[in-house]
Amino acid sequence: MSFLPICQELNSQPLDELIGTQDENAVLRALNKVSLRPEDFMALLSPAAETHLEAMAQEAHKRTVQHFGRTIQLFTPLYLANHCSNHCVYCGFNARNDIPRSQLTMDELLIEARAIAATGMKHLLILTGEAPNKAGVDYLEQALAVLAPIFPSVSIEVFPMDEADYARLIRAGVDGLTIFQETYNPELYAILHPAGPKRDYAYRLEAPDRGCRAGMRVVNLGGLLGLDDWRRESFLTGMHAAHLLHAYPGVDIAVSLPRMRPHTGEFQPAYVVEDQHLVQIMMALRLFLPRLSITISTREAPAFRDNIVPLGVTRMSAGVTTAVGGHTKGNETAQFEISDSRSADEMCAALKARGYQPVFKDWESISGSPRPEAAR
Amino acid sequence: MNDLFDIGGKHLQSRLFIGTGKFADDALIPEVCEASGSQVITTALRRVDLDATTDNIMQHIPKRMTLLPNTSGARNATEAVRIARLARAMGCGDWIKIEVISDSKYLLPDGYETAKATEILAKEGFVVLPYMNPDLYVARSLVDAGAAAVMPLGAPIGTNRGLRTEEMLRILIEEIELPIIVDAGIGRPSEACQAMEMGAAAVLVNTAIATAIDPLAMGRAFGNAVRAGREAYLAGPGATRTLASASSPLTEFLSGAQA
Amino acid sequence: MIVTINGQETTCPPLTTVLTLLLHRQLDPTTVVAENNGVIIQGEAFATTQLADGDRLELLSFVGGG
Repeated sequence: MSFLPICQELNSQPLDELIGTQDENAVLRALNKVSLRPEDFMALLSPAAETHLEAMAQEAHKRTVQHFGRTIQLFTPLYLANHCSNHCVYCGFNARNDIPRSQLTMDELLIEARAIAATGMKHLLILTGEAPNKAGVDYLEQALAVLAPIFPSVSIEVFPMDEADYARLIRAGVDGLTIFQETYNPELYAILHPAGPKRDYAYRLEAPDRGCRAGMRVVNLGGLLGLDDWRRESFLTGMHAAHLLHAYPGVDIAVSLPRMRPHTGEFQPAYVVEDQHLVQIMMALRLFLPRLSITISTREAPAFRDNIVPLGVTRMSAGVTTAVGGHTKGNETAQFEISDSRSADEMCAALKARGYQPVFKDWESISGSPRPEAAR
Repeated sequence: MNDLFDIGGKHLQSRLFIGTGKFADDALIPEVCEASGSQVITTALRRVDLDATTDNIMQHIPKRMTLLPNTSGARNATEAVRIARLARAMGCGDWIKIEVISDSKYLLPDGYETAKATEILAKEGFVVLPYMNPDLYVARSLVDAGAAAVMPLGAPIGTNRGLRTEEMLRILIEEIELPIIVDAGIGRPSEACQAMEMGAAAVLVNTAIATAIDPLAMGRAFGNAVRAGREAYLAGPGATRTLASASSPLTEFLSGAQA
Repeated sequence: MIVTINGQETTCPPLTTVLTLLLHRQLDPTTVVAENNGVIIQGEAFATTQLADGDRLELLSFVGGG
């Protein structure tokens, strides 16, 4: 069973009301439990929890240190192409946006990859828009032939695909899948995705299940915060993660918390997610799913990112550009403005200053993948 | 309160299973059944002693009890299957507790052989309750094999040491969809209560009752403890306010938010 | 004829059935299960199952256990 029927059942309940009416007792009970149930997760996401953020923080910090130590895993994204046939209203790569479109050749990719590797980064996330004719599974497979010898771990954040294609890319060297549902609200989803293959809500929703079955080592989910009510969206994200954790016990499940940022195009987020809300979401997730990996990207400002290090985050990006070939070329093809443009070295220094160890390499497959080039 | 334990086609009111072993006097058994409120009772299967006429245990077990014969003596799946089929031939129902133990020092169960026996017997229509170490992977294979419940030990048989495996039991209760019946090692009513409070579906207690100085009173105490633990579990935990800790605040940086 | 019962060789008259054997030994048939040469004999068949020379019979009953 995939998450789809579960999501449909959850969406049929009055989630806003259920979360909104949680009282202080529910919050206190949740804070004192070892093993939280969905109702407890709701309580921690509710307005009643807003006056208990410090207590949540202390508990979330404790749990995170227990399960992850004082470490933060670093990764960096590499945009391979920004051609896109979708018309997502909130995205800089929207097919209707008049921005320069680009796609890396294998030679350009090699140069870009080496530039990244020289900074010490070993966990790579490769991204494309959705344009299978130009940058489809074949293109990705070719790219992996270039990247797998250089990076011990390569994740993909691209268009959703069939299980067989995920399996093909895994054989080519991919070990992680990142795919954001954007919004778990089907009606809103339809409005936000007026044209293009991304219109298919169910196909996208079931992609993490397919990735797990195909053999992904890590699967990373999330909703784009700001599109819909963040309490409901975060609840469904957490339940999605909980389903995958239960159904595929061998897979490392992670959640990202991307908050909408300025970008090309006129779309403005319908909901504003304040700093304290983002912190509340992260801590609630940490307490609900103690072994869940939580990722915060460079959409967030440096000071904010530094302050949340002890609160439950376990993965952060560094040395980021969202432009195609942005490490070696210019920034005109960027998907969104980043806020934290610190390099890998600067991030390391910041983490160490907070008493945390930056981890560059957390994984290397020894079962048949090509060996990486010389390490940093 | 309608909180029946549905298992193997029965709707049980009592979540305390008891045993028939180690009693100083088997004549106490029907009174212990009464005092404890238990509705499920275990027995073993052995060769008849042809030289002596001993009382048969069945005459001490009230007809209303559901019999749960065990496969004690089995050292592998084949032996357990044989004993189970023989037990069913007695005509007292098709519940079976699989006990495959080839370790005579600690009496710890062999999970692999237990899973093999479970699969065979479940296919033959038995209501299989396998006794096991609280191992998550073994539990999953028992689910797949068709068990009606899993029976993880709290501590080795006869040790009366309580829930030494508490953390592992918690994980099983969390992750396994079948009823979790904590069997072995429960020495005191408080420990049975604790198991129920954690979310166990039932507990099985033999040694602690049979070898008590007053088995009737102990049976009664266990009955009360299991009911208390179950009610507490259903009532849900209270809301405790944690005292403010002295460590440095983590959320002061959120301007406008409560620290 | 010689029948091995619970591991012990015993002499039985010919045409002994499982039922007559149990009654002769003062065992209540409803509390005993029988397995002859590895095959379980159901209770209803006790009266009609004849033992033969060289049979290995197991007679078991429930006893106390946890």
